[in-house]
Amino acid sequence: MNSPKTDSTTTSAPARPRTCVRYERISKSFGAQPVLREVDLVVDGGTTCLIGPSGSGKSTLLRCTNLLERPDSGRVLVGTEAITDPGADVDRIRTRVGMVFQKFHLFPHHNVLDNITLALRHVRHLDREQAVAVARRQLDAVGLADFAERRPTQLSGGQQQRVAIARSLAMDPEVMLFDEATSALDPELVKGVLAVLRDLAAQGMTMIVVTHEMRFAREVANQVAFLDRGRLLEAAPPDEFFDSPRSERLRAFLNEVL
Amino acid sequence: MSQFWNTFFNLPIILQTLPSLLREGLLNTVILAVLSSIVGVVIGLLAAVGLMSGWRWVRFPCRVYVDILRGLPHILSIYLIGQGLPLAGLTLFGNWTYGYAALAIGLVEASYMAEIFRSGFQGVEPGVVEAARSLGLSHLKTLRLIVFPVGLRRVLPALTGQFILVIKSTALVYLLGLSTGQREMFAVAQDSAVNNASISPLVAAGVLYLAITIPLTYAVNAWDRRLRDGRPTTRAVPAPIAEAV
Repeated sequence: MNSPKTDSTTTSAPARPRTCVRYERISKSFGAQPVLREVDLVVDGGTTCLIGPSGSGKSTLLRCTNLLERPDSGRVLVGTEAITDPGADVDRIRTRVGMVFQKFHLFPHHNVLDNITLALRHVRHLDREQAVAVARRQLDAVGLADFAERRPTQLSGGQQQRVAIARSLAMDPEVMLFDEATSALDPELVKGVLAVLRDLAAQGMTMIVVTHEMRFAREVANQVAFLDRGRLLEAAPPDEFFDSPRSERLRAFLNEVL
Repeated sequence: MSQFWNTFFNLPIILQTLPSLLREGLLNTVILAVLSSIVGVVIGLLAAVGLMSGWRWVRFPCRVYVDILRGLPHILSIYLIGQGLPLAGLTLFGNWTYGYAALAIGLVEASYMAEIFRSGFQGVEPGVVEAARSLGLSHLKTLRLIVFPVGLRRVLPALTGQFILVIKSTALVYLLGLSTGQREMFAVAQDSAVNNASISPLVAAGVLYLAITIPLTYAVNAWDRRLRDGRPTTRAVPAPIAEAV
């Protein structure tokens, strides 16, 4: 809230402040199993796609961004703030970083509108009327203005995911994280969700996207990063990344998925 | 056959007992059940949060409390708490047996409710909790706004069962020796049964217990269905796919 960069009014004006996310030598193990090994990555605005085989650590790296996973060592910086520092105000930094999950995770006891207003009211401390206004605007932006009173269980997967996106965007974050946001969707529903992501990218939102959608990565990303067995092997602009991969591992991976 | 009928359904004796059964017994049963339930829910919630605590020195005493009170016969716990506390000089409620009775039942019920609450809270999808945290909600706000309401809905049926047990447990405070005016339904019926050398007053009390417990079950089930569907009637629209558990 005392971040000078955010203007608390949620507008869809294309001029967004650019926030840099920096991962410095991130290592993380689950028990004896190392999942990230000294990963360095800079996301300087724009859209970065994280790709790699399952178990490569891409989701874990993403979850380190807002400290849903705490790295064993290394630092994560959101703008100038290190969320991994012992004294960091994690809850406040999290309000600057929105996250969308593979399985949506809407609040099952609230309707669509209240899913979106909950954090606005209890974190941003907006009154109900203001929160509802913001929520309706966000629902409209994802094409679900008519679904405000529905329960999450009454929506399709694609609709639920768009509500989840609206819920995150309502907080007016500087950075958005997408953790395989289309993987749980039926193929015909993927398009609508990717369209929302494209819009956001066009507005200049800083986005970090774990995805299996290679076409999306090529068309939308400014940077594509490849993780394999916990190591970041390559990070490059999409043309370079897809057309002239340097590592043998990436070449083999791209051969399999393309 | 008429001997059978007179044993269980002796109408004159039932009618003679009925006024005090309703005025004194039913009233006290309801008051005791409500007081004990409040104690049970409050302490049960605290113990449930304690059981989920990351701190061993919080978790451990809660575990011990729950294990002991769930492991003892109710009648024993009610004697120990209801008679033991005043005897030991812990006269929290002075000579007011009623207070000890409510506390005793409440403490026993809390141990069961703690486990019910805990199972409900821990059954809340971790991803939903992560979604809340990722929006910047603090740990406490996430508990209050997400984990409690979602978890409680999941355990509503189990909780109803527990409230019914509370109502039935109030009969056990008979053991603590309530004075006239403080007697709950079972005590009233039992006294009358002894005086009249008839089982019939107990049958009447039984009917009254059922008159509370059975409607309660149905009321909560209806409420539960309504919460699941998110709308007051289930008729108009076919229920959506049941919430995946």
